[in-house]
Amino acid sequence: MPQPPEIRASLFVTCIVDQLYPQVGVSAVRVLRRLGVAVDFPADQTCCGQPLYNSGFTRPARQLAERVLHSFADSQYIVVPSGSCAAMLRVFYRDLFAGDPELERPARQLAERVYEFSEFLVKIVGVTDLGAVYPAAATYHSSCHLLRELAVRQEPAQLLEKVAGLGLAPLPQAETCCGFGGTFSVKYPHISEGMLADKIGNIQATGADTLVSCDMSCLMHIGGGLSRQGHPVAVRHIAQVLDGAPEGEAVNG
Amino acid sequence: MAEVKTQEFVAASGAAMQNPTLRRALRQVGTGFNGARLEAIDEVGPQLWEEWREEAQRIKRHTIDHLDYYLEMLHDNVTKAGGQVHFARDAAEANGIVAELARTRQVKLATKSKSMVSEELDLNQALEGIGVEVFETDLGEYIIQLAGETPSHLVAPALHKTKEQVAELFNDQLGVPLTDDIEEMARTAREALRQKFLQADLGISGANFLVAETGTLVIITNEGNGRLCTSAPRLHIGITGMEKVIPSVQDLALFLRLLPRSATGQRLTSYVSMVSGPRRSDDEDGPEEFHLVLVDNGRSKLLADPDLRESLYCIRCGACLNICPVYQKIGGHAYGWVYPGPIGAIVSPTLVGLKQAKDLPQASSLCGACREACPVKINIPRMLLHLRHKLAESQDPEEKSTSAMDSLAARGYTWLMNNPSALTALGKLGRAAQQPLAGKGKIEKLPLPLVSQWTKTRDLPLLPQRTFREIWAQELGQAGSSIASPTSRDTESRDAGSGG
Repeated sequence: MPQPPEIRASLFVTCIVDQLYPQVGVSAVRVLRRLGVAVDFPADQTCCGQPLYNSGFTRPARQLAERVLHSFADSQYIVVPSGSCAAMLRVFYRDLFAGDPELERPARQLAERVYEFSEFLVKIVGVTDLGAVYPAAATYHSSCHLLRELAVRQEPAQLLEKVAGLGLAPLPQAETCCGFGGTFSVKYPHISEGMLADKIGNIQATGADTLVSCDMSCLMHIGGGLSRQGHPVAVRHIAQVLDGAPEGEAVNG
Repeated sequence: MAEVKTQEFVAASGAAMQNPTLRRALRQVGTGFNGARLEAIDEVGPQLWEEWREEAQRIKRHTIDHLDYYLEMLHDNVTKAGGQVHFARDAAEANGIVAELARTRQVKLATKSKSMVSEELDLNQALEGIGVEVFETDLGEYIIQLAGETPSHLVAPALHKTKEQVAELFNDQLGVPLTDDIEEMARTAREALRQKFLQADLGISGANFLVAETGTLVIITNEGNGRLCTSAPRLHIGITGMEKVIPSVQDLALFLRLLPRSATGQRLTSYVSMVSGPRRSDDEDGPEEFHLVLVDNGRSKLLADPDLRESLYCIRCGACLNICPVYQKIGGHAYGWVYPGPIGAIVSPTLVGLKQAKDLPQASSLCGACREACPVKINIPRMLLHLRHKLAESQDPEEKSTSAMDSLAARGYTWLMNNPSALTALGKLGRAAQQPLAGKGKIEKLPLPLVSQWTKTRDLPLLPQRTFREIWAQELGQAGSSIASPTSRDTESRDAGSGG
């Protein structure tokens, strides 16, 4: 029997995971490798440029985007453990390089190969049941860019439903923004905090002990608020949940 | 033109967040209006709804792309029906036209149905300036006129007021007893206004749509006040933005399905009034004269900018306000000008000046809920980004407005992210610097610019012992690397974060 062709994924780990939450990247690699995906990590990658782009600085954003185009030029698939950064690569690079005689084409070609992590598992690898075990009472936060720029609505739930031991309570007003919005959270902190307070209230209403999401930036924001207010809710990236609970270690340690 | 307070956005939105009465009044936005809209869409069915939106956007795009053609057609057909069309370049010109009509026709009393454009122009003040008494007849508008305030929502102008506040206002201004019965309050307003309808020499209305092929002005209301304003007085002046034109009555049918459902969740408003010219010889009633004032007042700037032109597709339903998590927090007045919420954050900066309104396009998390709610599929987030781009990088000194710190931060960030080795070095520095905090496991206060704004109410995670790129270089990327857990020295940073 001929072997199915190997799936090769280049990990765009995102700067926030690289610098603040490396264990999310580690989990993503472990999950992908367990499924037989060949994972590489182009080492000169940094940031996708989204903070600059969203602040109106398109020229410097283009510099960083060019770097990404270059680093991932030969990748079969580009897998991003973030809906927001994946949207930057897939949706906004096309805007950023629209009309550019040299880079419009590479930007379009890159866009076709970009997948958010959970989307990649379901659509490209073709799995929903990873055999993962993760005992926790969880609820799921859907990030805005994942939902509205990438239209990834079902995939995370399809994956999480198959995780043994994981209870999944529906989050009220699940599609409302948590108030992060990048620089919005520090430029208009009073509004951002108000939005966060609503989100935290809704999370608490579920009784969950774990909040799962596909975006560490939202989780840094929500987790930072939960922690400040002393709510014992752990925040986890979906890759960590699919990687399974570490043996002998309390999930919410 | 209406007073511009967009430059006070930060203070005004801060005060709004602290206002418990406003908080209470705003609660109905998300669950009330937005909930009703979702139910209405559900009834139509999401697929058909999407088809309607596509078609509506196509019609709007076509009309706006050929605005000169349809305005001329409208002009000709209004004229044929016996009306007169006036084009006004700006607020002063528009107010001048209306005031001159009022003066030459010896108008003493005017009744008005709801018009956001007249709010934009501050038309009431212009008329009062020449001695005309003006009465707002939409209940919400009547309330805020009595209170001396401005509308805080496109559809529900007095949304910011609780019924208790309205009762006190009526008690104070009209001398009626305090009541908590909304119907009783509506009755009070109706009685007060009925006299005015009968006495008015001039009726002023806005327009929800202008049908080019028939020269028809269309207004939709739930109170019937629009019909009284446009039929009882001897003079009717319709005043609206030039973008309100649509080609045909058939197009109107689609918009009459979309607008009420998007605004209040209604299948149809209680009244749909269509006015084509003044009273004809065989009509029993209606005005002797009909004038239509079409206002530019900055709209041609939106038309000229291919990145902002789409904002002229807006049918002012307010759905983007109702779903916006920012609007839900701060209400309409904080935006500082007539048009609040996501669409206001596009329109206002162009109409009043980008520099003055620079907070509006920035005070958004770019969550995109507005685009999803818009019945004509206006890509609001993309236009917010475009305005931010103008603020940061425009060649036009009238538009560029970015702080030295922001520019420096953007340059520094770009340099750092273009130099992975510098990023690694900075990370090492940070890890050394955070040593004293290691016991706590989180950062509760960091006195750096902007970051301190974060740590006011949110903790920050500590930097992990190794970055992902270091773990990759040392372990994961090695040939034949196992996929077992990372080494023990990383386990304490295993958590993505934790509240406990």
